[in-house]
Amino acid sequence: MSAAAIEVPGPADVLEARNLRVTFSSRRSAAPARAVDDVNLALGRAEIIALIGESGCGKSTLARALVGLVKPQGGQVISQGAPLKYSKAALRQHRRSVQLVLQDPAGALNPRHTVYDLVAEGPRLHGLTGNLYERVCTALTQAGLRPPEQFLARYPHQLSGGQQQRVVIAGALALEPSVLVADEPVSSLDASARGEVLRLLIDLRDTLGLSALVVSHDLGLAWNIADRVAVMYLGRIVELGTVEEVLLRPQHPYTRALLSILPGRRSAQTLTLLQGEAPDPAAIPGGCRFHPRCPLYAEKADDPRAQWCRERDPQVLPALSDSHLVACHFAASGAPDNPTAPPASAVGA
Amino acid sequence: MTDSVPDAVDARVAASAPPLGRPPARFAGLRRRAVQFFTMPTGFFGAAILVIVIGTALFAPLIVSPADLDVTKVSGPSLNPPLAGYPLGTDQAGRSVLDLVIWGTRSSLVVGLIATALTVVVGTTIGLVAGHYGGWISRLLMQVTDWFIALPGLPLAISLAAVLGQGNASIIIAIAVTSWTGTARLVRAQTLAVSARPFVERAKALGAGDGQVMRRQILPSVVPIVLVTSTLKIADSILSAATLTFLGLGNPMDVSWGSILNSALGQGALTAGAWWYLIPPGVAILIVVLGFTLCGRALETIINPRTETAR
Amino acid sequence: MSGTHEPAEGAGPTPPLLEISDLRVSYEVGSRSVKAVRGVDLLVRSGEALGIAGESGSGKSTLVMSFLRLLPATATVTGRVSYHGEDILTMNWGRVRAVRWAGASMIFQGAMSALNPVRTIATQISEPILLHEKVSPRTARARAAGLLSDVGLPATRLDAYPHELSGGQRQRAMIAMALACDPDLIIADEPTTALDVMVQAQILQLLKDLTANRSVGLVMISHDLSVLAEVCDRLAVMYAGSICEIGPTGEVRTDPRHPYSAALLDAFPVIGDPASRRQPRGLPGDPPDATATAPGCPFAPRCAVVMPSCADHEIELWPAGPQRQSSCLRVLPEFAADRPNVNQRPDGAMASVTERNPGR
Repeated sequence: MSAAAIEVPGPADVLEARNLRVTFSSRRSAAPARAVDDVNLALGRAEIIALIGESGCGKSTLARALVGLVKPQGGQVISQGAPLKYSKAALRQHRRSVQLVLQDPAGALNPRHTVYDLVAEGPRLHGLTGNLYERVCTALTQAGLRPPEQFLARYPHQLSGGQQQRVVIAGALALEPSVLVADEPVSSLDASARGEVLRLLIDLRDTLGLSALVVSHDLGLAWNIADRVAVMYLGRIVELGTVEEVLLRPQHPYTRALLSILPGRRSAQTLTLLQGEAPDPAAIPGGCRFHPRCPLYAEKADDPRAQWCRERDPQVLPALSDSHLVACHFAASGAPDNPTAPPASAVGA
Repeated sequence: MTDSVPDAVDARVAASAPPLGRPPARFAGLRRRAVQFFTMPTGFFGAAILVIVIGTALFAPLIVSPADLDVTKVSGPSLNPPLAGYPLGTDQAGRSVLDLVIWGTRSSLVVGLIATALTVVVGTTIGLVAGHYGGWISRLLMQVTDWFIALPGLPLAISLAAVLGQGNASIIIAIAVTSWTGTARLVRAQTLAVSARPFVERAKALGAGDGQVMRRQILPSVVPIVLVTSTLKIADSILSAATLTFLGLGNPMDVSWGSILNSALGQGALTAGAWWYLIPPGVAILIVVLGFTLCGRALETIINPRTETAR
Repeated sequence: MSGTHEPAEGAGPTPPLLEISDLRVSYEVGSRSVKAVRGVDLLVRSGEALGIAGESGSGKSTLVMSFLRLLPATATVTGRVSYHGEDILTMNWGRVRAVRWAGASMIFQGAMSALNPVRTIATQISEPILLHEKVSPRTARARAAGLLSDVGLPATRLDAYPHELSGGQRQRAMIAMALACDPDLIIADEPTTALDVMVQAQILQLLKDLTANRSVGLVMISHDLSVLAEVCDRLAVMYAGSICEIGPTGEVRTDPRHPYSAALLDAFPVIGDPASRRQPRGLPGDPPDATATAPGCPFAPRCAVVMPSCADHEIELWPAGPQRQSSCLRVLPEFAADRPNVNQRPDGAMASVTERNPGR
């Protein structure tokens, strides 16, 4: 276990979302979709956070807002301690330090460019053309493509999926960033390449001190590489804590449901199948946004706190805390099979 | 492999291809497509026609001396059917119709090519900008495009040429103004398709600005399709140029197929039954249009948008 | 169509539901021959669920597509695909179509592209019933409603068009269509890959219930062993066009007898297992070229426990315990000496099989 895991987020944060809101308005429907709906999240130096959620929960939008590709409607992105400005120059500077790794490497690499051009793309855009050849080779080596000379003249379709993703990562590393934001970096890869790419992310943290926010639907990925986990549901982070806290002692009923359905890897928990699919972010239910699908709410309909679920939105989780946080009315005083839930979590009233 | 000048480095990278077992796909793909092009009947005959036509245009000064086209210096019989020395007969002034048609190739091709180039540049720029920026810019540009589509081409061209005065320049502008809309729409659609692909998002995340994204990522994907349509468009432009010249909007001193037809009509070739004066320029136009169309169709088959975006 | 609905259980003269023997599929690409499937033998009994796992390019999709002759004409298929004792590969096309309608049906990965966008769910489900069973439209519609409720869709969705359904609902509708003519064999090609985690769990539960209640034979392919383990009784692992291990699900998962199966299992961690915490495990290298014809074990170049004999020893599926087979040389008695360390790699990148603790 690395020291970074114990480090308390605070002044050492390299990237932070503060009350971030991103909405998309479509011309047809009157209500805009609240993709990211008031999110706080702070990524520490050399820390790996896994952001977990179903598709449509806003996790990819949050990732793009942190990279500066999507402009938030509310709140701030704090980069290296200062709020991100959306001027061209500020964005350019921001993108040197925060790099995005996309899900599908085959699509993310322009099929007409060679590996050399693909990795050199970032440095060229930022005018870092002195020693470009060395820079590209270093980045390829760091990304585990050795010896780099062997890959320079190849085209993406001549590489395997894992190698393609390494080229994408090398392209990001060539800018010497301090943060990688990876959106489902392994979901389109074969099982054997998956572990190799995840190992690379850990190695980069250990050797270069690189922080990473890894967006995924896969809780196993969080167990494999992350220091902390944030579970997102319908635009809001509903549970946040260290991997051990969240995955071994989950407090939020949504996290528990996600853990219970892991195929073939079920722990002692019984299967909790949520019915239906996640609702539309343009029509977020009132009260607790999870209550229409919440098994705990259904089970405790008579409990006086169930009324809160219908009427009160649980408090937005803060970014700066070293404890396990849960946005659930029931978790505040302990869930049924875990009466020792930390009192700091999810304050309902 | 230590410090060195960046330019030299790029050259070295290009030279460092050998470690790879097979040649880089760019050249392999090009060679494969060239073979495909020439093995298709349309591609082969189209290319053959164009080689002959362009060769004629280039070497026209060697075949025909300008003196033979000067009304004051020629000595042939007036409006005579084909005879020895004049395989396609003569015109009113006694010039060889064959010489006129050969010389006319130059002007017809040049006007057609320049008009097409202008069309493609205008259409591509507008389509690219509209597709890339979207929003109100796109709406505005597409409104303008729709407006131009609705304009009747020939009357507009005639009035433009009338305003701008006779001459090749007005013909070129008239053609460009009336035909850029198709290219613009096509390029916009293709731009939208390419913009949705992840490598464009990656380029933005790396810090590329709008100009860089358009130049490095979108334009190379749009060019093949534009190439195909512009080949087809050259044929249109040559035809339009001939039409406009025939209608008397060209430079009267310039010899082109349109102007040959124009003077043939003006000098009563039709009533005189001088078929040798009317048919050759018409056939020349037909052949060139056929050559460009065949090439365009062959290119279209090879650079099919579906197979192109797949890789 | 006789025999389609008869149970084919038991030994004796009744032939099994599906028996594949020495199936080979190759494609001619230019002057090279791509061998996608290299001699596969399989047996699926009625009411049994078989899972076939493998990575992209392992040949698993080609294999199951060949069962119903769904491969393009450029593919050369040899061997035998015996469905109730009848060889599908040599049937006339009318008979193949009859089998596809009524005997064996297929569930595809992308439900949106497999459903007709301009026709309602009810029409699409009742179409095969009407064509095949000569019943009134009313009866067919009632049957369709019943099928929808079987797959967990309310009957009110009968008149919906595919685009009005969510991804999970469309996959359910696909399954209802597959069940329309009471097939005794269902082939599912990555039925949950495009779906969200929660919906994936719902669909897996549904498939599990259906196979349990209807005594339908199921062949399901996936790149994820744990997804297959949810539903299937037996697991087959494919590598480079051949099956490298096959056996009962529980045993293959807890005690793989082929290093490739072990690597596939290790790729996805068990949450709570300290061995995989901050230790993602992958498998270096790439699968062999599908045109290769080298002798020996195709997995040898990537294998952590490779022996000199692996390079040239002829590879076949050897018995590796009751109802189990593996193509790893180490299951043979003459190589069994170092069995206990079979899956141990010096750097610990691949856990020992005995150390694994999947029950947690």
